[in-house]
Amino acid sequence: MGTPEGHQGGPGDAGPLVRPYVMTWGRERSDTVQLDMISVVIAVREDVDEIALEPEQLQILRICRRAQSVAEVAAHMDVPVAVIKVLLGDLIARGHLLARAPFKSKSPVSRDILQAVLDGIQRL
Amino acid sequence: MASNDSDPDLDRAEERIPAALKILVAGGFGAGKTTLVGAVSEIPPLTTEELMTEASLGVDDTSGVEQKTTTTVALDFGRITINADLVLYLFGTPGQQRFWFMWDELALGSLGAVVLADTRRLDTSFPAVDFFERREIPFVVAVNRFDGAHHYDAAEVREAMSLPPGIPVVMCDARSRASGKEVLSALVRHITESTAVPV
Repeated sequence: MGTPEGHQGGPGDAGPLVRPYVMTWGRERSDTVQLDMISVVIAVREDVDEIALEPEQLQILRICRRAQSVAEVAAHMDVPVAVIKVLLGDLIARGHLLARAPFKSKSPVSRDILQAVLDGIQRL
Repeated sequence: MASNDSDPDLDRAEERIPAALKILVAGGFGAGKTTLVGAVSEIPPLTTEELMTEASLGVDDTSGVEQKTTTTVALDFGRITINADLVLYLFGTPGQQRFWFMWDELALGSLGAVVLADTRRLDTSFPAVDFFERREIPFVVAVNRFDGAHHYDAAEVREAMSLPPGIPVVMCDARSRASGKEVLSALVRHITESTAVPV
């Protein structure tokens, strides 16, 4: 694990952006997992070893008992998307979370899916 | 499934995880983007902050070093569950021009877009139209009827915005779910006609 770099960290000059990066040990990007804002994540199991995890990680796993997008987890945790990606990446790497990549525009969406979307909108 | 070392928890999680699609709602500042997202979303719109690193060339010639500034951009979004395997997210794009640098990242992978036009300030939606046209992202124009504003008809809006004939123009009330559903339906039909591969 790296140490936070680049923050002078003197009392009083720590802006609101510093704190999320303490949670991620100063890293700005996840090393292993490429997450999109709308990658969907879900907790793999309900029982976890609470002692082995940080409070933020436990909170994320609770939020992810239902499938959620990265953006939703960020909103619920009240941290920027860039920060939540790092935290989620750790939990994925340790097998606590499963992620599913979103549809990409470069692969055209099939008519079946578009019809499902249309049906879903009309059921609202 | 026949595998001996399969993890039942993991298998179950795999079954419960949907794939996501994204539609953007763009338009000028105050055009009603968040209102429209809120009208159709099954959850109250959420706000998330994206930290964006904006690279700009150093002004100081002697340094020649690229300056990087980090900006926080707030995004409002909502969710529509399509079925057990699909979930649709609607993202309101930031209205202020100085946040344009993040549109590429937002636009990447999006199914299509709604350009919300405010008839009191039609010109504020021109940049969004340009943006989606250049990237060949399918879009519809939804004209939000503000109380007290002059009510143009679709043909007048189309002409004023110089829209190509294929782009649907829909009148809407961004506060109304029924109206929002019509806008999104028009967009999905337009996407089906313009991009979908038959399967």
